[in-house]
Amino acid sequence: MNKTALHDRHRALGAKMTDFHGWEMPLYYTSILEEHKAVRQALGVFDISHMGQLLVTGRDALPTLNAVMVSDISEVGEGRACYTLMLNERGGIIDDLIIYRLGTVEYLVIVNCGNRSTDVTWLQEHRVGHTTITDISQGRSILAVQGPLAARVLEQILDAKVAGLGRFEIAPIRTMGPEACIARTGYTGSDGFELFLPDHHARRLWDVILSVGRSLGAQPVGLGARDTLRVEAGLRLYGTDMDDRTTPFEAGLDWTVAINKPSFFGKDALVRQRQEGLSRKFIGFELSQGPVPRAGMELMADHADGGAGARRVGTVTSGTFSPILNRPLGMGYVEPSFAKPGTEVMVTVRSRQYKGTVVRLPFWKGEAKQATLASPGIPSKQVGG
Amino acid sequence: MDVPSDLLYTKTHEWLRREASGEVVVGITAHAQEELRDVVFVELPTVGKAIKQGDPAAVVESVKAAFDIYAPVSGTVPRVNEAVAKSPQLVNQDCYGQGWLFAIAPSSSEEFSRLLSPEEYARQIQASTH
Repeated sequence: MNKTALHDRHRALGAKMTDFHGWEMPLYYTSILEEHKAVRQALGVFDISHMGQLLVTGRDALPTLNAVMVSDISEVGEGRACYTLMLNERGGIIDDLIIYRLGTVEYLVIVNCGNRSTDVTWLQEHRVGHTTITDISQGRSILAVQGPLAARVLEQILDAKVAGLGRFEIAPIRTMGPEACIARTGYTGSDGFELFLPDHHARRLWDVILSVGRSLGAQPVGLGARDTLRVEAGLRLYGTDMDDRTTPFEAGLDWTVAINKPSFFGKDALVRQRQEGLSRKFIGFELSQGPVPRAGMELMADHADGGAGARRVGTVTSGTFSPILNRPLGMGYVEPSFAKPGTEVMVTVRSRQYKGTVVRLPFWKGEAKQATLASPGIPSKQVGG
Repeated sequence: MDVPSDLLYTKTHEWLRREASGEVVVGITAHAQEELRDVVFVELPTVGKAIKQGDPAAVVESVKAAFDIYAPVSGTVPRVNEAVAKSPQLVNQDCYGQGWLFAIAPSSSEEFSRLLSPEEYARQIQASTH
């Protein structure tokens, strides 16, 4: 089993460990719900070093990325980042990833750990001209520092202009050498940062952040709360909410697709699907109370024509209990005519039906919006697979 | 791990208390709630239902998964803990007290011999955690 550079820290903290795609990772340290609340109310520190770090460099790095990614990567300026997708020829999602532009012809690509080798092979095969693709994950870590206190705590510790960093921006951490970067990205729906570092810096920083942050309510957070947080934020998980048989349109990720780009892998299939229409659409739904919707459960609805009885209209892919909204939440796919917010659906749990309502994602709209309960927000672009 | 000496136990981590009335009260052990953590939903049997020893009688859901709770003895269900249905976290907070799940009016006394004594149950969880 693979171990991260922080494995001894997790053990010392008494973490319950789990096997995640061949990595021995912390599931929780104390409690999933407690760690979840720490991120929403104060600060959580995650070891996400299982994720792959790739470097794409060279004169033709941009044409290479533009050929395989659905977004227009030429719009990503230096020091900025973009959430995007890589498709196969059928328009199916190979992976979702974040591309950070470090320099003129230098891109850091963060990929899902389960897809790391597939992604490298795919990029190598579709490389254009002078492009070098290097897997730099070995010897490096990623820390996610997430929550309303993230900027304040990191600014005390790092010699980087943390608070000045905008959403989806990345900057070097000068005191740690050229190979350490901090970005204002995350996978929780809260404000926060991700730090890409050599292992020895990550170990030291982990200890410092936790010791500085403890009195403010900071906690180490495992993959259990990482999952409940991302569901609350309406963020899809690769392999669970989408795979290589799901298109971006079905997954509700239309906003990532630059359909007017001259060409990109999978574009023809998307154009065709746009003409033919969708057979299923990704939705979020909530129950006022009851059991937790879980992957594979049926979604039912009454016949649209008012006919008697309910029929199956879709399937749950993710679910959780939200300790912030205090209700069960689910995400999944339904026939497009049942995807409108406000539509009543029923989830089948142990052959019993529980009433739910389709709601606009994200469930949790971020600290500022949630506090004022503003009108339904635009989908958050804060995704980190 | 807390294994009260006045209760009987099952291999599947339920506890059972024999009341003076003849009824038994059922819940899950400290070891079980510790393993589950974060209980967020409890589904209880319907009052009046007949249940059979070893069959699933209730469900306790944590954030991560749903777990069947098995009937420690056969009988009918005279009452359930409505409070735990409303506040599932009682299972974590007080598993031997306010976090009890349901009662059974046992149909036979013979089945009790198949349950574990506190010593036997303590040995079982010790073996499983080492």
